[in-house]
Amino acid sequence: MAATDVDVFSNEEKRNLNLGGHVGFDSLPDQLVSKSVTQGFCFNILCVGETGIGKSTLMNTLFNTMFENEEASHYQNGVYLRPRTYDLQESNVHLKLTIVDTVGFGDQINKEDSYKPIVDYIDTQFENYLQEELKIKRSLYNYHDTRIHICLYFIAPTGHSLKSLDLVTMKKLDSKVNIIPIIAKADTISKSELHKFKIKIMSELVSNGVQIYQFPTDDEAVSEINSSMNAHLPFAVVGSVEEVKVGNKMVRARQYPWGVVQVENESHCDFVKLREMLIRVNMEDLREQTHARHYELYRRCKLEEMGFKDTDPDSQPFSLQETYEAKRKEFLSDLQRKEEEMRQMFVNKVKETEAELKEKERELHDKFEQLKRMHQDEKKKIEEKRRDLEEEMNAFNRRKVAAETLSLSQPLKKDKDKKN
Amino acid sequence: MAQQKNLEGYVGFASLPNQVYRKSVKRGFEFTLMVVGESGLGKSTLINSLFLTDLYSAEHPGPSHRVKKTVQVEQTKVLVKEGGVQLLLTVVDTPGFGDAVDNSNCWQPVIDHIDSKFEDYLNAESRVNRRQMPDSRVHCCLYFIAPSGHGLKPLDIEFMKRLHEKVNIIPLIAKADTLTPEECQQFKKQIMREIQEHKIKIYEFPDTDDDEEEKLVKKIKDCLPLAVVGSNTIIEANGKRVRGRQYPWGVAEVENSDHCDFTILRNMLIRTHMQDLKDVTNNVHYENYRSRKLAAVTCNGVDNNRTKGQLTKLDTVEGMSPLAQMEEERREHVAKMKKMEMEMEQVFEMKVKEKVQKLRDSEAELQRRHEQMKKNLEAQHKELEEKRRQFEEDRAHWEAQQRLVEQQKLDASRTLEKNKKKGKIF
Repeated sequence: MAATDVDVFSNEEKRNLNLGGHVGFDSLPDQLVSKSVTQGFCFNILCVGETGIGKSTLMNTLFNTMFENEEASHYQNGVYLRPRTYDLQESNVHLKLTIVDTVGFGDQINKEDSYKPIVDYIDTQFENYLQEELKIKRSLYNYHDTRIHICLYFIAPTGHSLKSLDLVTMKKLDSKVNIIPIIAKADTISKSELHKFKIKIMSELVSNGVQIYQFPTDDEAVSEINSSMNAHLPFAVVGSVEEVKVGNKMVRARQYPWGVVQVENESHCDFVKLREMLIRVNMEDLREQTHARHYELYRRCKLEEMGFKDTDPDSQPFSLQETYEAKRKEFLSDLQRKEEEMRQMFVNKVKETEAELKEKERELHDKFEQLKRMHQDEKKKIEEKRRDLEEEMNAFNRRKVAAETLSLSQPLKKDKDKKN
Repeated sequence: MAQQKNLEGYVGFASLPNQVYRKSVKRGFEFTLMVVGESGLGKSTLINSLFLTDLYSAEHPGPSHRVKKTVQVEQTKVLVKEGGVQLLLTVVDTPGFGDAVDNSNCWQPVIDHIDSKFEDYLNAESRVNRRQMPDSRVHCCLYFIAPSGHGLKPLDIEFMKRLHEKVNIIPLIAKADTLTPEECQQFKKQIMREIQEHKIKIYEFPDTDDDEEEKLVKKIKDCLPLAVVGSNTIIEANGKRVRGRQYPWGVAEVENSDHCDFTILRNMLIRTHMQDLKDVTNNVHYENYRSRKLAAVTCNGVDNNRTKGQLTKLDTVEGMSPLAQMEEERREHVAKMKKMEMEMEQVFEMKVKEKVQKLRDSEAELQRRHEQMKKNLEAQHKELEEKRRQFEEDRAHWEAQQRLVEQQKLDASRTLEKNKKKGKIF
């Protein structure tokens, strides 16, 4: 994108020169305008409010058209965001309008997490833009910007004070998006009640530190109207798409038995003020604030989270290249370390298991040795027994032989005896 | 995706252009213009004529006073106001360009200057804390061609070839009052032919839908390169006070479109296309620089393994931010590690199984052998037992026999004894 605003002329050594005639660069704003008209504009509105509070009707009334909406039920499990994009054209100006509705807001019994989907949605749009901005090949100038430029917070017309859900939600959103609080269905509050209600709301917002969008007063062309409008916040609005005949004109209004509430009558409600501020005077400022403040804050936090810094420990500014290279080095060494760790773990595991197995092997070996010894012993015993047996057998054989030789010599004696 | 909706009444966002107008006037504008050309071609005079002021003050040394022989790059910043619009104009001068005897690489300081401005912008854009980013990038380069009448010089071609992808080049024929209209036409045709031949991309005017504007743009295109004359002096001519150059034979008027293309240049550069020059610098030249720079950063230390035959990978590299690319790499690495871990695990399991199996086999073998040996021993034992038994049986038997025989013998001898005793009595 081109250079952001704020005084670029402050720190330059430059000379002021007077021109000797009409050069013609006073057409520069026109050139810029004609370029943006050709490109087309885009604007994204987020409507936060309870079911049935009149968000869709107000959008239809603001933009003089019937955006399709199914009526939401009260039985949603949680809050979810429904974005719808429309192409609008007025004279030669093309507007890509995205309306994001919070369906189911305020319907649950436990509303502690109601704000979360809203914050997530806003952050996601910032993230998408950031990712596009960080790409190597990017095309920002024809990127469809989906970042939320304005959050209209619909306050229920109780007449007393803000609900705690309102405070909690707005507190979570105020650093992420421009918030304009509006009192919905203001035709149920009388003028005096309304005045008190507005004061109460503003003081509650202030005492809780909620930062709502202030209409800018630094540009002389609009500072007067903006500062007077700032005093009318929150705007009490009434929306209607039906027309009622008042006098001899058809006006948008709500018909009651006791009268007709005219949407565009400034003494009836602040609708005209809202339209003036939101669309006709400050639309461009809302876009700028979103980009220059809220998005930059998101970006800064995100980059810091990722470990990016603008200066190294010696307070020397990093160039982009250095930053990326440093990050990359860190990243690669981290990966390498993880790899090493894993390898090491495996090596250890292997060693352990090897030791175990070796132990088992040794045991087995020992057992075998033991058995072997047993066998040896057994064998020895058997050998001994065998020898004993052999000896006995030999002894016996000798006896046998001795006995036989003896018996052989015996019969001679007998014969001798017989002769006598 | 986006639905077309018709509005049934006036909403008011048609005022958006006014809002943009207001804000831009409040912000003010910046523009950086570079002039390149040999000394004495009337660059400073032309700038002064364009902006109707003395940009280069009296102290500014003219060509005859310059001492340095190398190409310098000098910036002059001026703040000018007109009709409520503030413009910070930076004019970048390149004294010494093409003046040396050997002009090789005289374009290098120019390239370096342009790149350093891109670098500054890139760094400012990439900071975590981004303040306002002053845009000092060179938005337009007016290249002065000497009015030789013959065509481009090699230096002209070299310079434009090297810079056409870094900056918007608008070639001008300087001191056009030395050429007659016919010579000028010829010269222009020749130059444009050569530019096309060498595929030099000079600044292209954007297409418009508007017919009026289209006609204007066509007129400009037909006159390229613009032949200009500049002058610091105002002369009385035809009863009017005009900027011009007084010759004995007449006055060459700067702002007379019959005399030169100065007004075309001024209108185009300042009144109609200044914003577009900035846009093209931002959207094309700067983005080219940036993507080249970032691609170089991320390709440092890329694993050789990764680029093995994966040409498609390069496409995704270009489409992502370096951070997203690192994320991608991280994810890949995690997947790779998981796979590696699984593989190692598998191998490990297999080896362990093997070893355990071997161990079991050993054990079984040992067990078997032990059983066998036991059996063997038992068999031997049994055999021995059997033998012993047999032997003892035999022995017992024989002993019994012997005892019988002995008994018989004893009986026999006793009987004999008895008989002997009986025989003797007779």
